[in-house]
Amino acid sequence: MVQELKFQVRESLEKNILEVEQVAMAFGGLMALINQNFRVKKGIIKAIIGPNGAGKTTLFNVITGFFPPTEGTIRFKGQAIEHLKAHDIASRGLSRTFQTVELFDNMTVLENVMVGCHTRIRSSFLATGFKLPQVKRKENKIKEKAMDILEFINLKDKFNEPADSLPLGEQKLLEIGRGLATQPDLLCLDEPVAGLNETETQVASSLIRLIREKGITVLLVEHDMKVVMDLSDEIMVLNYGEKIAEGPPEQVQNDPKVIEAYLGGED
Amino acid sequence: MEKITFATQLLQYLITGLTIGSIYAMVALGFIIIYNVTEIINFAQGEFVVLGGLVMVVFHVSAGLPLVIAFPATVVLVMLVGILLDRLAIRPIRKPSVLTLIIATIAASILMKGVAMVIWGKDPFDLQAFSGRDPISFFGAIIQPQYLWVIGFLILITISLSIFFNSTIIGKAMRACADNPDAASLVGIDTKKMILLSFALSAAIGAIAGIIVTPISLMEYDRGVSLAIKGFGAAILGGLGSFPGAILGGLIMGTIESFGAGLISSAYKDAFALIVLLAVLFFKPSGLLGSVEISKMKRF
Amino acid sequence: MLRISKLPIAIFFAIIICFPWIAKHIPAIGHYPDLMVFAGIYCLITIGLSLLMGYAGQISLCQAAFYGIGAYASGILTVRYGMNPWLCMLIGMGISALVALLVGAPSLKLKGHYLAMATLAFGIIVFIIFNEEVELTGGPDGMRGIPGLSLFGFQFDSVNKYYYLVWAFVFAAFIFTINIIQSRTGRALRAIHSSETAASAMGVNISRFKIIVFIYGAVLASLAGSLYAHYLNFINPSTFDLFVSIKLLIMIALGGMHQIWGAIIGAFLITFLSYEWLHFFGEFEIIVYGGILLLVTIFLPDGLAGIPGIIKGWFRN
Repeated sequence: MVQELKFQVRESLEKNILEVEQVAMAFGGLMALINQNFRVKKGIIKAIIGPNGAGKTTLFNVITGFFPPTEGTIRFKGQAIEHLKAHDIASRGLSRTFQTVELFDNMTVLENVMVGCHTRIRSSFLATGFKLPQVKRKENKIKEKAMDILEFINLKDKFNEPADSLPLGEQKLLEIGRGLATQPDLLCLDEPVAGLNETETQVASSLIRLIREKGITVLLVEHDMKVVMDLSDEIMVLNYGEKIAEGPPEQVQNDPKVIEAYLGGED
Repeated sequence: MEKITFATQLLQYLITGLTIGSIYAMVALGFIIIYNVTEIINFAQGEFVVLGGLVMVVFHVSAGLPLVIAFPATVVLVMLVGILLDRLAIRPIRKPSVLTLIIATIAASILMKGVAMVIWGKDPFDLQAFSGRDPISFFGAIIQPQYLWVIGFLILITISLSIFFNSTIIGKAMRACADNPDAASLVGIDTKKMILLSFALSAAIGAIAGIIVTPISLMEYDRGVSLAIKGFGAAILGGLGSFPGAILGGLIMGTIESFGAGLISSAYKDAFALIVLLAVLFFKPSGLLGSVEISKMKRF
Repeated sequence: MLRISKLPIAIFFAIIICFPWIAKHIPAIGHYPDLMVFAGIYCLITIGLSLLMGYAGQISLCQAAFYGIGAYASGILTVRYGMNPWLCMLIGMGISALVALLVGAPSLKLKGHYLAMATLAFGIIVFIIFNEEVELTGGPDGMRGIPGLSLFGFQFDSVNKYYYLVWAFVFAAFIFTINIIQSRTGRALRAIHSSETAASAMGVNISRFKIIVFIYGAVLASLAGSLYAHYLNFINPSTFDLFVSIKLLIMIALGGMHQIWGAIIGAFLITFLSYEWLHFFGEFEIIVYGGILLLVTIFLPDGLAGIPGIIKGWFRN
C-alpha cells in the first residue's frame, strides 16, 4: 500500500535527473562518443555497458566535467552543465567514483570522507587561520556527517586507518562513501565491483541498492553482467562510441544488436 | 670602412643570437635526452658545459695536447662525470618524486660547482679559437669564425642524434624507454643501462657546448646555473620532450636575448627571453611543439 | 587523522622565549640571538613554502622574489617617501599578494617542471628589476638608511627586542598555518597533492586553493622581507636572488616538507650552517653544503622531521 503510494507520487513527479542531448566527443581526429542521446530517470539505477573501448568511461568523464564535450548539451536537474568545471558539477550534486581507485592515500579513511564533505560548508581562509568558533563548529558537524557515512558503508571502526592500507574491496566502498559525502542527487559509479571477490561484490551490490533506496539516482558502468542484470532498472549499451540499445534488462539482453556487439567484440 | 646601417646591425644581432641560441639549444638537448628516458630535469646540466670548457683548458692549454686529441678526451672525461652523477646522486634515491629529483640534481650541481671552484679557482679561462680570431665580413656584419663552429656543431649534433635515435638499435631502445618504461623492460631492454647512457650522452653534448663556447665567452666555475636556466627555458619553450622543440626553443631564446640587448636594453637582456617564455607558457602550457596528450602521460 | 600536537609547540616557544637570557650567560653563543633573528625571518618564508610545496604539492622557485618585494616596498616607501614603516609593511604585503595573484593564476595551471620553470623565470625577472631600476632601488649598491621599527614610542632598537618581535610574528604565522592545515582547507590542499582528479570530483576548486596558498606564501615572504629591511637598515639585490629561492627550497627539503615542523628545522639549520658552522670549511663550504643536501635527499627523503617516524618504525618491527 505504502509502496504503491510512493510509486504513484514518484510517477507523478517523474522527471529526468540527467538529459544528454547530441553529445559528441572527439580526441584529435578520433571520435570517442558519437551523437549520444539519453535520459536518466530520477531514482533509478541505470547501467551503461558495452565492450572495452566502447566509450563508457569517456561518457562519465564528459558528464562529470573532466572533458568538455566537443558538441551537445548535458542537463542536470534541468540546468545545462556541459560548460561547467568538474568541481562545479560536483557541488551541484553530481558525484562519481573512478575505475582505478583514486583515494587520497596520504589521508585516513575519515579524512577521505571529510574531503567529500568539502562543498557542504564554506569557510574563509582568514576565519580558518584564526580558528574562529564557527569554524570549529562546522568542522565538528562535518566530522559527524562523515562518521555517519562511514557507518553506512560499514567502515566506522577503521576510521583512523590510512586509506591505502584497506583491502581493495573496502577501498572501493570508501570511494563510494566519499562520493556520497558530497550529498549527490546522481552518483556515477565506474566499475564498482571490478577486481572484487564474490563476497565483496555482494557487499558492494547491496550498498548500491541501499543508495537507491535513499533516493539517490545511480549511473553505473560495469562489466559484471550478473551485477548489472541484478541491480539495474534500465540498461544502455554502447559500442564504438554509439548507443546501440536501451531499455529494461530483459529487453536489452535479447536485443540482437547487443548480442552481435558482444560476440563480435570477442575476436 | 663600411657604413653600419640599421639592416647590418640587425643582421649582426641575428648572427650573434643564433650563435648563443645554438649553445642554449645544445644545453636543452642535454636536458631532453635525460628527461625523455627518466622524466628527470637534471639541473646539473649547466655544470657539464662548465666542465667541458675547463677540462679542455687543462688538456689543450696546460697539457698542450693537440685539439683533435684534447677535444675527444674532454668529452669522454665529462661523460664519466655524467655516469657518476647517475650512479651516485640519482640512482640511490629511494622515493623519487619531482621535488626530490629536482633537489638532488640541484645538490649535485652545487657540489660540482664547489669542486670546480677548488680545482680551477674563481678566474675565467680562455681557449684559443679553433680557426683563429680574424673576423669574416658578411653583408657588413662581422662574424667570428668560432660562431660558425658553434652553429656547425649544433647541426652536426642534430644530425647525429637523429641518426642515433632513428637508426641504431640502442637509440631505438632508448626511445622505447622514453615512451613506455614498463613495456620496454618487458621486452628485455635494460632500463637502468639506458638511463646511464642518457646521462653519458647528455654530458657529452654539454661538454661539446662548453668546449666550443669557451673561445667566445671564456669559462668560469659558476657559469653553470645561468646556462642551465637558459637551456631549461629553451627546452620548456619548445615543449619538454621534443627534440625539434629544444633546438627551436634554444635559437628563439638566443635571438630574443640578442635583439633585446641590442635594440632595447642590455641591462634587461636576461629578462626578455624569460618574459617571452612566460607569455608562451601562459597561452600554450605545453610549449611550442609539445603536445598536451603527451605531457599528460608523463608523471612529472 | 592529522593532528599536530600542541606540547612540542609550547616547549619550542618556551625555549625561544628563554633563549636570549640563556645566550647572555654562555659567551660562546652570545651572538646567537642575532642569528636567530635571521632564522626567524627565514622561518616565516619556509612556513608558507611548506604549505605550498609540502601540503599542496606545488613547487615554487620564486619565494625570494616576494621576500625582495616586501623588503624593497619597505625600503623605498620609508626612505624615499618617508611613510610609516608598519604601513609600508602592509603595502608590501598587499603588492606581493597582488603580484602573486597575477603570476599565480596562469602559472599554477602549469604542472611539474613547467611550473618550476615559470616560477624560476619570474624570480629572475624580479631580481633583474631590483638590480636595474637604480633610481628606485639603488641598483646593485643597494639601499641604505632604512629606519628601524618602533611601536607606540617603543623602539625595537636592540637585537633582543627585535628578536622578540620577529619571533612573535613567527609564532602567529606558525599557529595560523597549523589551523589551516587541520581544517577543510588543509584537507583540500592535501587532496590536491594526492590526486587532482579526485579532488575536483569532490567539488574542490583546485585552481582557487592553489592560488590562495601561493598568495599566502607570498604575503609571509613579503613580511619577512620587510622585517629584514628594518633590522639591517640596508638591502641589496643579492639577498633576493635565485640562489636564495633555491636555499629556501633546500631548507624545507632538509627539514622535511611534509610536516610543518620541517620548515622550522630547515630554516634553523641552514641559517646556522651558512652563517656560522660552515665557516670553518672556508672555501670548501659550498662542497659541504651540496654534499649534506645530497645525502639528506638520498637517505632521509622525508627530511630531518621524518626521523622520529623512522625511529618509531624501528620500534614497531
